[in-house]
Amino acid sequence: MLAFIIRRVVQSTIVMLVVALVAFALFRFVGDPIGAMVGQETSLEDRDALRTALGLNDPFVIQFGRFIGNAIQGDFGISYRLQQPVMELILQRLPATLELAFISGLAAFVFGVSAGVYTALNRRGTISTSIMAVSLIGVSLPTFLIGILLIWLFAVELQWLPSFGRGDTVELPGGWTTGFLTSSGRQSLILPAITLGLFQMTLIMRLVRAEMLEVLRTDYIKFARARGLSNRAVNFGHALKNTLVPVITITGLQLGAIIAFAIITETVFQWPGVGALFINSVRAVDVPVMAAYLVFIALIFVIINLIVDLLYYAVDPRLRVERSAARH
Amino acid sequence: MSETKTPGRLYRMWDSDIAYSFRKSPLAIVSGIVALVIVLAAVFAPWIAPTNPYDPSSLNLMDGFSRPMEPNAFTGNTFLLGADNQGRDVLSTILYGARISLFVGFSAVLFAMILGITAGLLAGYRGGWVDALLMRIADVQLSFPSILIALLIFGVARGFIPPSQRETMAIWVLIIAIGLSDWVQFARVVRGATMVEKGKEYVQAARVIGVHPVRILLRHILPNVMGPVLVIGTIGLALAIIAEATLSFLGVGVPPTQPSLGTLIRIGQQYLFSGEWWILLFPAMTLLALALAVNLLGDWLRDALNPRLR
Repeated sequence: MLAFIIRRVVQSTIVMLVVALVAFALFRFVGDPIGAMVGQETSLEDRDALRTALGLNDPFVIQFGRFIGNAIQGDFGISYRLQQPVMELILQRLPATLELAFISGLAAFVFGVSAGVYTALNRRGTISTSIMAVSLIGVSLPTFLIGILLIWLFAVELQWLPSFGRGDTVELPGGWTTGFLTSSGRQSLILPAITLGLFQMTLIMRLVRAEMLEVLRTDYIKFARARGLSNRAVNFGHALKNTLVPVITITGLQLGAIIAFAIITETVFQWPGVGALFINSVRAVDVPVMAAYLVFIALIFVIINLIVDLLYYAVDPRLRVERSAARH
Repeated sequence: MSETKTPGRLYRMWDSDIAYSFRKSPLAIVSGIVALVIVLAAVFAPWIAPTNPYDPSSLNLMDGFSRPMEPNAFTGNTFLLGADNQGRDVLSTILYGARISLFVGFSAVLFAMILGITAGLLAGYRGGWVDALLMRIADVQLSFPSILIALLIFGVARGFIPPSQRETMAIWVLIIAIGLSDWVQFARVVRGATMVEKGKEYVQAARVIGVHPVRILLRHILPNVMGPVLVIGTIGLALAIIAEATLSFLGVGVPPTQPSLGTLIRIGQQYLFSGEWWILLFPAMTLLALALAVNLLGDWLRDALNPRLR
């Protein structure tokens, strides 16, 4: 177990170092930082002196080390486009993204599990068949088309919900802005959250359904029924409990995917989050923001994967055997 | 000609298991026809499109926002699927757009396929540290969603390209970014199949008589692992087309001078609020039909090549 943890941590560190190297290369080799800082009249000697003073003539390894040191302290320089410290920009927009990701992840989990259980228990019902058909559409529609479709239906045709932005926000102590406390904030959240969560919901639903069908066939369920336990106790106490291990793992892994797909959703709904910031930076080739986002998203993924992997390993002893058998 | 004694090549194709399973699956036939029609329409776009939407001399701004099948109030021109904000015929922009979407999709899958097959053959045949390294990279990459990888590669590459060449290089950068985000699937499958084939007698025999390893890999092992590769390639094509559309929709894909289906959807979205639905709807439906048809074909191919699943 300890060896496994150490191996995973080492692997994660290597991934982070590689990502940091790419981010640093972006930083260092795209454009000339000196050219951006001084005017045309500056002589070559002055430029060289400035270069030395800023440490740009140091060996590559030392510069990379300095970059990592700054990155650990959260210093990624100043955005070319917005002229603000990058870390400040990201922290300003982080609450919007996290709130959206949290709500859509939660909704996907709750609705996914309930729909999965329902379709597994009533396999041939009309409602189950229609849920499965809708889920097929949910899987094959690209995220941005789902968003546009929802905007067209609920914002343009029915005019029930706002089509863009976050609505009114309230600033909590600690600089966290939240849209949960105002009614316009909550309304603005609905369409983006559905857009972002629909794919994850169908995924969870299909997984729960498949696992439930599998478990319902096993002997201990038959014995539980033979003992005269109520349907409710068998279905939820015995069957559902045993399907949840893989479901929780997949949901955990999908958290990262939600944050990644938030880029698309935020663009469709002009949601002022980190993903929209990144897309605008790619369009404007705003290198410091791109580099910081690269490191930031890699860190989130590495941490989520690490936690899920460790949970996986801790929760299900069978996997330990299978995995070590597969490796050798 | 001589169908009774030595059946021709066409007849043998018609009589094969795959063709039989195709004929017996209505879903596969419909998807095949839909995909074929869109691909042919895209390939022959310059000849069948009513107008060339990117020839400025043929455009008339007065035609802008013409409704589908209705004569324009000013010019009297009628467009089958309407006209967009600049007076371009929507049908023509779709045909030209599908051309670019398909070109990017096919090229990206081809690139991913070559990369993945090479890595998979190498990892499976050589084993050892090559295998360990390649599969480690694959594991790490697999834990990120591929659209995110494509987006990050595209962003990084854009940073490194000098501003004067960004427009012209964009389409190639896009192909490489989508290809790099998708090679892992191919590599894994080819590696697994190679490890199985490697132990079989025909490979051992080839090795004993001194055939060069590269020749063994390409002439003996590769043809035997192509089945699953084709399945992944077909499904990968649908994913690549959607990835391209997504990136172009986000405004970071192909340049606006060469609009793909994703770019058209992006343009159309701006006019949805003012009621000009046709600028958005028709490109979106084309994209959906194309992606769905290719996806279903991939599903069918997987079942057809793998009778155990039936």
